Amino acid sequence: MNELINKVTKLLNDKTIDAFIGYGQGSTDRVRAIFARTVEQASKLIYTPACTFNLSGYLLKHEVKHLGKLGILANVAALRSIMQLASEFQIKDGEVYILFVNDDASLTEFSDFQSIEAFLEKANIDITPDEKARIEKIEAMSVSERWEFWNKEFEKCIKCYACRAACPMCYCHRCTTDVNQPQWIPVASHERGNLDYHLMRAMHLAGRCINCGECANACPMDIPLNLLTYQLIDPIKTGFGATAGMKADAVYALSTFKPDDKENFII
Amino acid sequence: MDKELKILKYSDLSKLIERFRSKGFPVLAPVQKGKVIEIEPVDTLDTIALDVLLSTQSAKKAAFPKVEKVLEYTLEKAAVKQTAIDPNAYAETILFGVRPCDASGFKSLDAIFGEAPSDAFYLNKKEKTTIISFSCPTADDYCFCTSVGGGPGYTAGSDIQFTAISKDELLVEILTEKGKKLSGLFNDLLTDASPSIDKEKFLADVKVVFDLDKVISNTTAAFNSAELWLDQSLRCIGCGACAFVCPTCACFDFQDEQNTKKGVRLRLWDSCGFSLFTLHTSGHNPREVQSQRWRQRIMHKFSYMPEQLKVLGCEGCGRCSRACPVDMNIKEHLTSIALQ
Amino acid sequence: MQDFEPKIVAFVCNWCTYAGADLTGTSRTKYAANVKIIRFPCTGRIDFMILMKAFENGADGIIVSGCHPNDCHYSTGNFHARRRWIVFRNLMNFTGIDTERILFSWVSAAEGFKWADVVNNTVAKIREMGPYENYNKIAVSTLLKEEVSNHE
Repeated sequence: MNELINKVTKLLNDKTIDAFIGYGQGSTDRVRAIFARTVEQASKLIYTPACTFNLSGYLLKHEVKHLGKLGILANVAALRSIMQLASEFQIKDGEVYILFVNDDASLTEFSDFQSIEAFLEKANIDITPDEKARIEKIEAMSVSERWEFWNKEFEKCIKCYACRAACPMCYCHRCTTDVNQPQWIPVASHERGNLDYHLMRAMHLAGRCINCGECANACPMDIPLNLLTYQLIDPIKTGFGATAGMKADAVYALSTFKPDDKENFII
Repeated sequence: MDKELKILKYSDLSKLIERFRSKGFPVLAPVQKGKVIEIEPVDTLDTIALDVLLSTQSAKKAAFPKVEKVLEYTLEKAAVKQTAIDPNAYAETILFGVRPCDASGFKSLDAIFGEAPSDAFYLNKKEKTTIISFSCPTADDYCFCTSVGGGPGYTAGSDIQFTAISKDELLVEILTEKGKKLSGLFNDLLTDASPSIDKEKFLADVKVVFDLDKVISNTTAAFNSAELWLDQSLRCIGCGACAFVCPTCACFDFQDEQNTKKGVRLRLWDSCGFSLFTLHTSGHNPREVQSQRWRQRIMHKFSYMPEQLKVLGCEGCGRCSRACPVDMNIKEHLTSIALQ
Repeated sequence: MQDFEPKIVAFVCNWCTYAGADLTGTSRTKYAANVKIIRFPCTGRIDFMILMKAFENGADGIIVSGCHPNDCHYSTGNFHARRRWIVFRNLMNFTGIDTERILFSWVSAAEGFKWADVVNNTVAKIREMGPYENYNKIAVSTLLKEEVSNHE
């Protein structure tokens, strides 16, 4: 932890960065994002086992961007977000100063995207066994049971859009949900509005989701939204050989094709 | 009316629900669903989550639901025929097992929706809702009701309040005419309570953490302190979780849904935290950045409402802080404003 | 149930399937009248949200059809569409939307008979399956009082 504080203090002092996005102590047992702009603020940085959430979403927040040159404490999910955002031309190489805490508490700094790519090749990027089991449980249901299951989950949705706000890939200035001419997605949080919204979000994240799980973590109504996009990871990987957030110059799997893409349902 | 004090046996509580239901009254109460606690229609006592701290969402949806139909229309040749929805078509309902902060939240909503032109949809539902609240034996770090004038045994807004005074006895406070009327259904189960019962003894200890007058005066003065609002809201991601779980947030939106011949007009919850909330057709947005939207949220509750409606827009339930995905803790922010 | 006439919406591309359906007509081949054809410039334009809208507005079944691979008027529109259908079909399946009710096909401008078969087979299949009750419960019409599904 001291190494992190010293490092960030140095970065702030020699004006390498203007602000550092890291973790700080939150309410009671929670950890929150803090934005260190001064040495005093940097001294509040922490790194504990609770510091697991993905901070990379803040890199595109208007007011955070305007703090100046940013540094960030990235975990694997955040590194993948940064790669994915780079492939979508949202972050340029060298634009953000990226630090990573290793298992032995030492720091790694990534000088360029290439080094992140090399690092990610060896990193564990799989969804957790628990998440996998939950997906399998749903897949084992009948079509009607699955419909019932999701209807029950979506019924809880209050359309607060916390999932969208928390997602590092949901950076559109104008989301499809906000388009009202035509009104693709009903604004109301009734069953249809909720189903449409969540299907739309899952489709727009297919092949882009880097399984950080922030959507489900953010949901105040405890809807397992992450499973929707997680279950698309495998088909996209096996079908099209694409995994999101691994290469800064990757082509989005759903905006390209191979003439011999395999399917078994078109007659 | 003067409040009446009675005693009810805990074991008779289930009879209450049975009697309400047999009279045909819908009963809304907190129900545990996985990790969340929702306010839902119930038929029996055992489905009600009475020993939980607070429901995830507030009870406001009893009178201000997340989706509400306010108008129907049909297109006949070139003319549009409108059919108004009768705001009176709402059954007498009992809101059961909510907390004092939920009940008192309706005071703020009453003030907002009661202001001319008054809102018949809300007011009729509210009028037909009898609120039976349970005082709080426990509280957590997010609770700050005592700092905003409430408390774990606060009775304003409740028609009847129950307080557990022993393992098998509840103190019943009948507080309003509406409560008195409803208690007619279970009068035979009540016995007189000794006036010497000290209710406070059975309530949670919630410390006062800030000076409310300071918060109100400092908030009003801080409108132009861009740095303060930016500092507090840098980590805010602009979702509507806080507003939608809040017992006093009342902003709404209207949307029409239709096919080629018929349509309905719906009233839906909205939140000042959304960037689209204030976006003009021209493209101009008077609240351009999230810090301005955060300022609006705080100013509305602690400056505009006390000034214009003479009620506070916060009950200190702390739901917004619990629901916030990025740990925006309103208690902490208000404390820092009070100390400015 | 016996009176049930399936409502099928067909989303087809202008260059192949629409022309193919034309050929079915000019060849005087009869096919089920349950299908309402909506013409798109290319299958690449048939967004998943358009399919959702069809179910929401009371369709019991959907046909999506366009040029065979390598025959796209715009060279690659159908290849792009195919990828998205593969993904969307996965998502539909996972969320419990009945994929049996959506038929994807390639029908060229010369395959008038195939089009008649595709429509007739789909109508027969959906007739067998009955109205799409699950989706009807949340359809647009449920909000518009009197017009709750005409199947009831």
